[in-house]
This record gives sequence, C-alpha cells and structure tokens, in this order.
Amino acid sequence: MRSVIVHKEELAPGYKLFVIRSPQVAKKIQPGQFVMVRVHEKGERIPMTVADFEREAGTITMVVHEVGKTSRMLAGLEVGDEILDLLGPLGKPSEIRYYGSVVGVCRQGTAGALYSILRALKQAGNRVTVIMGAKSREYIIFEERMRGFCDEVVVATDDGSAGMKGYAVAALREYLKKNRVDYILAIGPTKMMKTVGRIAKEHGIRATASLGAIMLDGTGMCGACRVTVAGSTKFACVDGPEFDATEVDFDELQRRQEFFREEERLSFELYEEGT
Amino acid sequence: MRDKRVPMRELSPEERVKSFAEVALGYSAEEAMLEAKRCLQCRDKPCVTGCPVGIDIPAFVQAIREGEFERAIAVIRESNYLPGITGRVCPQERQCEAKCRLGRRYEPLAIGALERFAADWERARGVRKPAKAESTGRRVAVVGSGPAGLTVAAYLAERGHGVTIFEALHEPGGVLAYGIPEFRLPREVLNAEVEYVRSLGVEIETNVLVGATYDIDELFELGYSAVFLGTGAGLPRFLGIPGENLNGIYSGNEFLFRINLMKAYLFPEYDTPVKVGERAVVIGAGNVAMDAARCAARLGAEVQVLYRRSEAEMPARREEVRHAREEGISFRFLTQPVAFLGESRVHAVRCLRCELGEADESGRRSPVPVAGSEFEVEADTVVIAIGQSPNPIIAMKHPEIETTPRGTIVVDEHGRTSREGVFAGGDITTGQATVIAAMGAGKRAAKAMHEYLMEL
Ligand SMILES: Cc1cc2nc3c(=O)[nH]c(=O)nc-3n(C[C@H](O)[C@H](O)[C@H](O)COP(=O)(O)OP(=O)(O)OC[C@H]3O[C@@H](n4cnc5c(N)ncnc54)[C@H](O)[C@@H]3O)c2cc1C
Ligand SMILES: Cc1cc2nc3c(=O)[nH]c(=O)nc-3n(C[C@H](O)[C@H](O)[C@H](O)COP(=O)(O)OP(=O)(O)OC[C@H]3O[C@@H](n4cnc5c(N)ncnc54)[C@H](O)[C@@H]3O)c2cc1C
Ligand code: SF4
Ligand code: SF4
Ligand code: FES
Repeated sequence: MRSVIVHKEELAPGYKLFVIRSPQVAKKIQPGQFVMVRVHEKGERIPMTVADFEREAGTITMVVHEVGKTSRMLAGLEVGDEILDLLGPLGKPSEIRYYGSVVGVCRQGTAGALYSILRALKQAGNRVTVIMGAKSREYIIFEERMRGFCDEVVVATDDGSAGMKGYAVAALREYLKKNRVDYILAIGPTKMMKTVGRIAKEHGIRATASLGAIMLDGTGMCGACRVTVAGSTKFACVDGPEFDATEVDFDELQRRQEFFREEERLSFELYEEGT
Repeated sequence: MRDKRVPMRELSPEERVKSFAEVALGYSAEEAMLEAKRCLQCRDKPCVTGCPVGIDIPAFVQAIREGEFERAIAVIRESNYLPGITGRVCPQERQCEAKCRLGRRYEPLAIGALERFAADWERARGVRKPAKAESTGRRVAVVGSGPAGLTVAAYLAERGHGVTIFEALHEPGGVLAYGIPEFRLPREVLNAEVEYVRSLGVEIETNVLVGATYDIDELFELGYSAVFLGTGAGLPRFLGIPGENLNGIYSGNEFLFRINLMKAYLFPEYDTPVKVGERAVVIGAGNVAMDAARCAARLGAEVQVLYRRSEAEMPARREEVRHAREEGISFRFLTQPVAFLGESRVHAVRCLRCELGEADESGRRSPVPVAGSEFEVEADTVVIAIGQSPNPIIAMKHPEIETTPRGTIVVDEHGRTSREGVFAGGDITTGQATVIAAMGAGKRAAKAMHEYLMEL
C-alpha cells in the first residue's frame, strides 16, 4: 500500500507536521494508535503516533520531532514523496469513555499525539483541559487546534515566554489545587510522565501514560518494547502504548530507551557529515 | 564408495566467523553425480515417506546421476516450490534421510545436498518462467509470506486463481527473511524463490497486518473468496525470572530480527543497531539458539550456550550444532538460569545445575534443578531462545476462529478452520515446527482450497 505525503508544515524548529494519504490506515485508526515507518532501503523501523485522521479524505496526520537520523530523514521528505514503508494501525486504542473531568499533559511536539485522544474524550462528554509545556513560546504547538474544543488550555514554558513559567508538571500541581480531576493522560518525555504518575498517585487520581519504548517490529514479535507495569512485563506495542501511569517502572523504561545511545549518535553524525 | 557420502565443501571456521557468507558451499556437478550414484533406487521409496511434501526422491536423484539436471529440478518442482531453501534448512537427518535405506548400513544418501544442487544449478541458469494457467476468475487472500503462505500462493496461482499475499513486515519470507541468518540461507536464494512465486502471478502486499489494517471480513468484502492464514509462531517466550528486562537481554527474535532483517551486522551502513558485548550467553538449544549463538560469534563475542537438558536432547539440526562448535561456541548442559544480575546492563546469569529426572510428556527426561548448586556465568549480552508461541493478533480479532489453549488455530486434516472459507497451516496451527512441515501443511490446505473455490 502506498503512503504519499500530501501536506507538510513546520510547526516549530525541529517539528514538522505531515498529512499522509494512506486510506486503509485512515479508515481503521483510532485515537492513541501508532504506525511503524521506514524511510529508506537501509533504514530502521520507527513508531509514530497518528495525531489526527480524516477517514473520508483517507489521510492521517503525524507530528515528527527531529531527534536523530531517521526522524530527520522523515522530516526532510516533501509533498508528493512516498513513505517507503508504513504499517498500521498498531497498539491499543486509547480508552475513550466518560470519566468526568479530564486533564491531558504534554510537552512540545507530543501535543500532536494527545490531540485526537482529547478530542474524542471531549466528544464522549468529558470536561477537557490540556496542559501544554514547552521550552519557550515558539515550541508551543497545536495550541489553536486544542483551543478549538478544550474547555481550558494551560500553557507553561521553561523560560516564562508564554503562560506560566515552569514545567507542565508544576502547572498540573497548581491545577490540582483548584480543580477536581477524574482522569489524567500524559504523553511526553519519560521524566515528565514519571512525575505525572507520582502526582496522580498522591492525589488518588486515575492516570495513563503513553510510553515511548524502543520498538522494532511494532507487532508483538520481538519484545524490544517490554516494560514493567505493576510488576509484570508487558509489550508496549501490543499491550500499550498506554499504561497506568501510577504503575509503570519509568526508571527501567528510561534505561532501556538509552541503551543504543552511542550507536544512535554515531549514525546521526555520519548522516549529518554526509549531507 | 557406497558407505560414505561425498562431503560438501565448507568455508573454514576461521574464515566464516569473520563474515555472514554462506558456510556450506554446495556440490559441483561431478560431486552431485557421484553422490547420486550411491542411491539404491528402492522400488518402495522409503525416503519419500520421510518428506512432508512427498518429493519423488529416487526420480530426481536418478536424473542427477544421468546429468539430466533440468529433469531433476522439474521433478522436485512438481512437489516443492522452494527447493533452494529446503535443500539448505530441512532437518534432513530426521526426515527423508532418516528413512533412506542406505542408512541401515552406511551413511544415508545426501538428499538435501542433492536437492540444493539441483536448485542452485537452476538458479545459476535463470529460473524459467512457468506457463500461466487460465484464470478461474477467483481470488484468494494469503496472510503471511512464510513457507506455508508462499506454498499456498504458488499452488493456487498455478491453478489459475488470483492470489494476493498480505505480509505484516516490509519484506516477504517469514522466518526465512527475519530469522534464519544469511550464512545458512543467502538472501539471494530466498529472493529468487520468492521471485519464482511472483512469476506465477502472485501479488505480495507488504506492510499489511491482518487483524489491524484489514480484518478478515474486509478481505471477503474486497472480493477474496477464501483466506489462508499462515501467520506463524512469532511470539517470543521469556523465562519470567528476575532481571529479565535489563539492557543487553534480547529475545531470540529481537536479536535475529535486528541482525537478519534489518542487517544490523552492517551497522552503521544500515541504521538499525545491535549491541553484542564481549561475552554472550544464549539460552536454549534449538535452531533459534544456534542461529543466535553463531551470529553473536560473528559479531565478535565469546559465546556460551546454556541448556537445561543434556546434549542428547538438543532440538537443533545436527549440522548447526557441529558448525557452532567449530566456530568456537561452548555449551553448558544441565544448566537452568534463575536470575539475571546487573544494574543497567546485565553482567551475569545466575544458574542452577540440573539432573535428569523422569521422562516428561515430550518423552525426554526432564531436568530437575539441584538445590544449593547455584553458580554465576558472566555475560554482558543474553539471548533468550526458549521457543515461540503462535501470533495471536488474528485470533484476538476473530474469536469465531477456534484456537487451542496454546494459541494455535484449530484445523482439520484439510486445513479448514472453524470459519467457512478460512484455512490455516504452518506454525500457526502446530506451534514452531519446520519449514518443510509448514510447506506440507500449506500444500494440503491449498488442495482443499482449490476444491472449495471450484465449487463456489
Ligand atoms: C508508540 C510511540 C509513538 C511515538 N510517536 C512519535 C511521534 O508521533 N512523533 C515523534 O516525533 N516521535 C514519536 N515517537 C518517538 C520516535 O519513534 C523516536 O523519536 C524515533 O524512533 C527516533 O529515531 P531517530 O533515528 O530519529 O533517532 P535516534 O537517534 O535513533 O534515537 C533518539 C531517541 O529516540 C528513541 N528511539 C530510537 N529508536 C527508536 C525506536 N525504534 N522506537 C522507539 N524509540 C526509539 C530512543 O529513546 C533514542 O534515545 C514515538 C515512539 C513510540 C514508542
Ligand atoms: C531462527 C529460526 C531458525 C529456524 N531454523 C529452521 C531450520 O533450520 N529448519 C527448519 O526446517 N525450520 C527452522 N525454523 C522453523 C521454521 O522457520 C518455521 O517452522 C517456518 O518458518 C514456519 O513457517 P510459516 O509459514 O508457518 O510461518 P513463518 O515463517 O513464521 O511466517 C509467518 C509470516 O506471517 C507474518 N504475519 C504474522 N501475523 C500476520 C498478520 N496478522 N498479518 C500479516 N502477516 C502476518 C509474519 O510477519 C511472517 O512473515 C527456524 C525458526 C527460527 C525462528
Ligand atoms: S524437502 Fe526436505 S524432507 Fe523433502 S526431500 Fe527435500 S530435504 Fe528431504
Ligand atoms: S531410500 Fe535412499 S537409497 Fe533408497 S531410493 Fe530413497 S534415497 Fe535412494
Ligand atoms: S516492538 Fe517488537 S514486540 Fe513490541
């Protein structure tokens, strides 16, 4: 099946949005699911969350953060280019139902991954708040889209250039002082999600985190993505990627994410030298 | 001359641990003809009963003996679409060669090597394009492109049905592509056999996970009149002991997938990395374990295989074990891992020594750990190769397709599942078995599918 880029947009430095024509994936995808992509013949398979989808148009949207060779090559593709391999939808859909008052927490580009989930939660009758963290004002992305349906949008920047000064988790603590919350959904850096899990536990609030485990096939065949949740091993690609944030062993996740750091750096340096 | 088989030339151990080049080099025409002469041409063909796809072994061997290689490959192709593969990877010593009459007194005929010779001879000359059958106007969906799926596809395409294979990964071949390393099965051989299947008119659509991208109902809606499930046993098993998620611990599948499918042995030319430290431990003693151990050795590690039973119970092909030993891999039998030790990365495996007890349900004497016999084996890389379970994705999506408690799909002797028009075969119905058993199951199902399609 061919997957062709029909729209591209720069959201912030190092963050690109792509709309890709991939009708069968667009037909089947649910909020919270992801796809595996490969961009060249010698390339690796990497997971990308589907930020949005239009079933009629047969398109899916994803937000790519350039962090290494593959994401940079993906970000370098243009309208009309084909994505060599795109497999999906993968993972369990987000559990969409009525919780009451819901808060989504993200940082910079992961607002994309949160977007269609929060929208579906809104449609399910929840009161929805999003807390968006970023380095500075220019890294706040998807704000307009979020304002389109969220009951409340809280912005927090590390340098105070927009919204409150501080991390998203600090904004979450503040928010919890004044509001009753029934469900928290966090997608972002592992450290952020770990803190969200701790906060949720302290407050006795149900919370979910979408884990960025290293994946290889994305279909349950390798176990590269294994994570420990409530003391037992799960495969993030088929049992997740969302898990109870109060039960995930985030330190183990962080260690596993860093295992190939040297190789990733080497690969990136060689690529940058070559281009 | 009758007692010993003509030996096959091999790369020396010193040469081969440095590369992923094929180890066994195959027969020359002279060697093949010489070996073929040993065949007794038994009337009752006991060898054929040992071959799950029933190749007319004496007939093709006779053709080789006469130098009629074209005829030899034609005989093989009547029953086997992937001879270059089976000639290399079949556990012949337990199949055709186990039944060979010569084996009563001498070494059995080297049937696998002769089959490989015929396939390689054909490939070198360029495989001729088979004649296309007249179209029946019926279409079939085959899920999974392993040996079972490829066999079904080829059989049905030959009979004029339109066949599309849907494969989840980005390359076809199943275990042949992601599991078995190049030094046992060069990709050139696999690609040629897949090309042959394509040349029959079979379409292969990669990046389609049935159960997710399409479900089975959608396949019927798209106009496929029957569906074959050949999704294999790809779900890795773990030991469930402390420390198993430490860095440096891979499932056999992850390790081989990185190295073979993603070509991590060529990193950084290829993007997918694999880390193989100085001391690798492989747990298990089947084909997956041998492949993992031999890959690790090629990537520079000192390798030890830990197995909880004894040498006699090792399930791997005999040739693989011999090759592993020659390549410097050591074995520790009657050893049961109980924990992995380390902070971030694994640094040792804690084990218990075992003794052999009563025979278990598999008929093999089961290992019994000896209390207080703990010891540690140093390792910065561990590969867990203790078996795989059937892929559950389709069964989860389609509860109407009956499965066993072990997760295998239930079929009758014609490969029919509990859902009308849906057939299955290979590892998904048996649990992990062999390439040729998967092909045999594929062939049986394909025959039933052909009848089913012709009655529609
Ligand atoms: C379920 C899931 C959904 C994701 N969704 C998005 C998304 O919508 N947008 C986005 O920009 N990123 C997303 N990611 C992260 C993205 O997959 C990684 O950033 C990407 O793989 C990095 O590859 P690279 O070659 O560019 O960088 P590298 O230099 O190879 O790696 C940089 C970091 O990315 C992570 N990483 C590397 N390889 C993998 C891999 N195979 N699988 C997972 N993580 C890896 C590691 O933590 C690593 O330290 C998602 C990850 C997961 C698990
Ligand atoms: C490392 C290793 C070494 C081996 N060595 C030998 C050997 O030397 N000799 C031997 O005889 N046997 C060997 N075996 C066993 C042999 O490879 C298998 O028995 C055989 O490949 C089974 O064939 P299959 O067609 O049933 O499944 P597979 O080869 O497993 O193929 C199944 C295919 O289906 C695809 N798939 C799964 N689910 C879906 C889905 N939902 N949608 C679409 N596609 C899907 C998979 O990606 C895969 O490509 C080995 C196995 C392994 C793992
Ligand atoms: S396919 Fe396998 S079992 Fe059959 S004859 Fe060839 S080597 Fe023997
Ligand atoms: S049993 Fe052995 S000797 Fe007899 S026909 Fe078969 S291969 Fe030849
Ligand atoms: S990525 Fe391979 S099992 Fe999850």
